[in-house]
Amino acid sequence: MSKPDTTPSGWLETRLPIVSAFRREYVDFAMPRNLTYLWNFGAFATIALALLIVSGIFLALNYTPSVAEAFNSIEMIDRHVSSGWLVRAIHMGGVSMLFAALYVHMARSLYYGSYKAPRELLWLTGLGLFILVMIAAFAGYILPWGQMSYWGATVVINAMNAVPLIGPALASWLLGGEGLGSVALHRIYVLHFVTGFSIVGVIVLHVAALHVVGSNNPTGVEPKASDDVVPFHPYYTTKDGLGLCLFLMVYAALIFFVPDLLTLANNYAMANPLVTPGDITPEWYFAPFYAILRAVPSKLGGLILSAGSLAVLFAVPWLDRSRVKSARYRPMLRWAILGLFLTFIALGVAGMHKPTGLWLAISRVSVAYYYAYFLILLPLLPKIEVTRPLPASLRGESV
Amino acid sequence: MSRRIASLLFYLGSGSCFDVDTFLWPPDDHFILFKQDFMTQDADRPTSSPSCPLPGGGTRRRDVLSTVIVGAGCVGACALAYPFLDSLNGTKNTTLGEDDSIDVDIAALRPGQQLVVTWRGWPVFIQRRTPEMLASLKATDIVQHLRDPDSKILQQPKDAMNWHRSVVPEIGVLIGICTHLGCVPSYATPSANDKAGKYSCPCHGSQFDAAGRVYKEAPAPYNLPVPPVTMLSATQLRIGQSKGDPAFSIASIQQI
Repeated sequence: MSKPDTTPSGWLETRLPIVSAFRREYVDFAMPRNLTYLWNFGAFATIALALLIVSGIFLALNYTPSVAEAFNSIEMIDRHVSSGWLVRAIHMGGVSMLFAALYVHMARSLYYGSYKAPRELLWLTGLGLFILVMIAAFAGYILPWGQMSYWGATVVINAMNAVPLIGPALASWLLGGEGLGSVALHRIYVLHFVTGFSIVGVIVLHVAALHVVGSNNPTGVEPKASDDVVPFHPYYTTKDGLGLCLFLMVYAALIFFVPDLLTLANNYAMANPLVTPGDITPEWYFAPFYAILRAVPSKLGGLILSAGSLAVLFAVPWLDRSRVKSARYRPMLRWAILGLFLTFIALGVAGMHKPTGLWLAISRVSVAYYYAYFLILLPLLPKIEVTRPLPASLRGESV
Repeated sequence: MSRRIASLLFYLGSGSCFDVDTFLWPPDDHFILFKQDFMTQDADRPTSSPSCPLPGGGTRRRDVLSTVIVGAGCVGACALAYPFLDSLNGTKNTTLGEDDSIDVDIAALRPGQQLVVTWRGWPVFIQRRTPEMLASLKATDIVQHLRDPDSKILQQPKDAMNWHRSVVPEIGVLIGICTHLGCVPSYATPSANDKAGKYSCPCHGSQFDAAGRVYKEAPAPYNLPVPPVTMLSATQLRIGQSKGDPAFSIASIQQI
């Protein structure tokens, strides 16, 4: 089994078995043979995060976290630092690519029941990651100290203040006893990269949990026979590799051809505490939660429903009472979950429009359905739903 | 038997020996994989590729594909690394073309004195020379100890390429950065003992005469740089523009 201590690889193996551990987890690792390209998005998110961290480190070298200098230092990066425009475009585009990958990754988990036993911790660590990514993204958006940065931060800090008991204390710790100024900006800067690096740590937990329970698959049936699985390499290294090429092509197109597609012009005006821009819209990845906040005609109620839309996801493994994992074999849930995806997208679109008339109505109906899906349909559908027969093995499933 | 087949298929699949032409999918029924085998492979996994059976000998298609993919990946990684490393070069070109010259009033400067101003972040020495200092610059016994007495090496604009290394003999202007390792030389004002005045570097003992010409006995290789200077009047000078050598760029000199 183990090589003699005299060879260099044997010497390393007896002291730190990283080579065999890597082979076990990333070469020989048994994967269901029928994973679709929807199983690529975890790898996409990892690559996007890696690029965010690298580009973030290089941006940090040129960024100054003070009210007087923050905006100018970003302009300096965009206009004067060698290749600075590209590094910043990689960082800004990376956020959108990361969120896009995460939304598909989570939707896939919901559709195929990847959150169910024995993968509850995988789901929970993933949700923890998503919240950390949201914090990092929001903190990062404040750093350029443009108009949207400033007023977005103002709104969220006031929202924090509205949270009973802990809210004012949290807001005070963030602001450092002053208003939104240099002290707060410096803290938000530190918060931004501390959450960024924390995400890496939680990813380690997330992947460790994945390697204990193994990947789910489109049938939701656990692989039992030996021919239900294939080794990770070369089957999924190539499949992930092909997907990554396409992912990076979209990413590159975003950076090089439409760098302004997902940014707001208002944020290229320096923060002005005397004037709120007439048209406040969030980044697209926050739009659904922003729409929920505005759909509720109550300050605390909006906050509760907006935060609750994330909190309810933590309970999903226990809200879903069905023994069948995959929506493929659940004819009623299949339609219900398509409705969930549509309402979430509708909330996103509504979040980018003014909350009046039709958009407000759409927001309210969508919020109602969003909660109904998790709190009513998930627990109660199994009582009336007739599921389709599950395959005995993954043998007949296409790869 | 099935274990041997499993390990063979693993071996094929692990990339060390694999021919695309023999890649059957879905696999034949005889090719049965055991999940356990993946976990406890090491005992019977072939370890060297020469034992791999080659249909026709020569390079395998998979080896070519693998090499191409790894090569393309390396090229991509290098291309990705470029903007990050390039950004470390910072903003060095931002001041290009901008006028960064400064005007200095030297009315209060008395003979033998030196005034230090900052130009482009560098210390610039402005001296008003005494007749004794000027005489020392022409003295032949000093000149033979200098590395570059005639300022042949490009360390000054053309209008300072003369025995006094300045536009007018009485006013000397030097960038006060030692050409050895960049310390600021200190000025020894003309005194009763040494009426010539000189510069000596505190870091490694390099010596320069009053016109910034370097002595041979010390480590500094070149004369102190002379910035572009224009005399606006007898008491007013401009550092950063040279009327006598308009094309001169301080970036082109041998060493700052």
